[in-house]
Amino acid sequence: MGKIVGLNGDEAVAYAAKQSSVDVVAAYPITPQTIMVEKFNEFVADGDVHTEFVCVESEHSAMSASVGASLTGARVFTASASQGLALMHEILYLASSMRCPIVMGIANRALSAPINIFADHSDMMGSRDCGWIQVYTEDAQEAYDWIIQAFKIAEDPDILLPITVNLDGFTISHSTQDVNMLDDKDVKKFLPEKKIEYLLDPEKPMTVGAGNNPDYYYELKMQQVEAMNKVPQVVKRVNDEFKNFSGRKYGIVDTYEIKDAEVGVMALGSVTGTAISIAEEMRMAGNKVGVIKPWFYRPFPSNEILTSLKNLDVLAVIDRAISFGAPFGPLCNDIMALLQNEEIDLEVFNVITGLGGRDITPNMTRSIFEKALEVQKEKKVKKPIIYLGVRS
Amino acid sequence: MVAIKDLPVEELYLPGHRLCPGCGPSIAIRMMMKAAEKNTIVTTATGCMEVGTTLYPYTSWLVPWVHTAFENTAATASGIEAAYKAMGRRSSEQRKINIIALGGDGGTFDIGIQALSGALERGHDFLYLCYDNEAYMNTGIQRSGATPHGASTTTSWGGKKIPGKPEWKKDLIGISIAHGIEFAATASIAYWNDFITKVKKALDVNGPAVIHILAPCPRGWRYEDKDTLKIARLATQTRYFPIYEFNNGKYTLNIKVPNPLPVEEFLKAQGRFKHLFKPEYSNEIQEIQEFVNKNWDRLEKLTTL
Repeated sequence: MGKIVGLNGDEAVAYAAKQSSVDVVAAYPITPQTIMVEKFNEFVADGDVHTEFVCVESEHSAMSASVGASLTGARVFTASASQGLALMHEILYLASSMRCPIVMGIANRALSAPINIFADHSDMMGSRDCGWIQVYTEDAQEAYDWIIQAFKIAEDPDILLPITVNLDGFTISHSTQDVNMLDDKDVKKFLPEKKIEYLLDPEKPMTVGAGNNPDYYYELKMQQVEAMNKVPQVVKRVNDEFKNFSGRKYGIVDTYEIKDAEVGVMALGSVTGTAISIAEEMRMAGNKVGVIKPWFYRPFPSNEILTSLKNLDVLAVIDRAISFGAPFGPLCNDIMALLQNEEIDLEVFNVITGLGGRDITPNMTRSIFEKALEVQKEKKVKKPIIYLGVRS
Repeated sequence: MVAIKDLPVEELYLPGHRLCPGCGPSIAIRMMMKAAEKNTIVTTATGCMEVGTTLYPYTSWLVPWVHTAFENTAATASGIEAAYKAMGRRSSEQRKINIIALGGDGGTFDIGIQALSGALERGHDFLYLCYDNEAYMNTGIQRSGATPHGASTTTSWGGKKIPGKPEWKKDLIGISIAHGIEFAATASIAYWNDFITKVKKALDVNGPAVIHILAPCPRGWRYEDKDTLKIARLATQTRYFPIYEFNNGKYTLNIKVPNPLPVEEFLKAQGRFKHLFKPEYSNEIQEIQEFVNKNWDRLEKLTTL
């Protein structure tokens, strides 16, 4: 079943979208997302897919055309990064509030200025409140697997929300890795073609996107909240089904050796791979360390995170973005809010690192664990935010 | 040209909406739906026609109607068209639907021109209809790229030093034709059969088409509600707004104006040009007249190509 091929993260995403039988791809090129759309366009040019590829003139139009196609009833895929995602920002809210189950691959990249094409999470964090489900992946395999599962989650009648699948620019998007690709027929069984149902149909006219005054707006927002709340149960069902034929187990949050860990490191995206390898090393030296890797950032996996950190003495939260003027980086802000009402004896500090593609080396990662062990000994956080790897 | 007996009795754009009395664009939309008929999907940019014709849970539209945002109507239409194509490929029939993107002059000349340009270049099969009331009327009469020279708006006041908008109106149809499309035309609500004929022609084109219809606004142009059609007719009878079409490389002036009225007749009927009649701005009217003459000559020459 399946076969192992060498693919970079972007290619893996393109193949996943192809196997997901997407009807419409509307996308605009931006480094480091480009390979996703280039590769997909190859499938179109070779007649391998039935997809209509709309080569739009901007990301704003990419998301607008995606919304138009999705409202019509098509299965829609798009991809972006950085400035492109920022340009889409306005329409991201429309996609979620008009309940369009669009799937978007994002090769995470820093935001200007100064212009920088390399990895960090400023782009997605800049749009974190746009109402999209947000998944972060560690490697090309995860990106591939989550894209396929994303359509199934997004299109669930209880959800009908769009999803971004995030992979770190270059680190994942451009590095070739072993990817276990599933057979087309298995994917099709798991995720059949979208039922042909024209939602915008002159035979059944419907007004979509009418103005709302204060008397209705809030109720529509509550419907989005309710849909978001239902995501974990749908994800569980989809993950189980996916595991049955792929053998690969997913969830809301992934952990490494967290059960008996006293010190934990939490992060999103590719750095978790480094963190796990350092944790392995430190375990061998007798340190009780573990890693928490949320696959989901929105909806925020509160219960799963609380379960995983309840035995920890110290947690270091890595953020690959700054929330300027805020108490902490975006992920750490959420963790602090989560702990607010919990009676957990836990010391937390925030590490902001890897901005604009600056490498997060094994040594740097080791220093985060060491810092956490130090805090454990001293039973007190002296520096709540560490800006790691920046010249003073 | 269509005759009145050829038009469907059925109304697909219903009264009871919230638009102003004497609204020109509303008249345009009713005519548009008489031409397009039932097998149509309409997507509308943010603006008067969106705010005024739908307010949840009410709608004036008996065809599928979508509003997403302001600057992206042509892109939304692109997505709708792409969806029909792709879904048609994996079903037993390829359905052919009229897709109309509707935007005001702000949503077309200014903020939406990039999305429009992209959609025209890509060649989607749709009609883009711009209802032009020559300013951002929905937000309170601010100037747009379609506001004529000399008009007073809330962001181009006819003041003591500046006589209204200093710049001239953009040539939307020229811009559209430059994309290599098959059909583009101007129209006016004062010439219903010309307009309806053009909508039908545009929808028959296999690819993009653009219609730019002049649709006066009593609030923004400052005239009495009852005079909307009269003002629209004056715009053409003074040659201020020529009615022409570009069809497969051939230009035609559809409404001949052999004995044009002076442009002053159009200007003096509206409050937005009132300041131009002060002695200190007397040269302005002459300048506008020269612009009108030159534009007409240019179009006449094009018809001989």
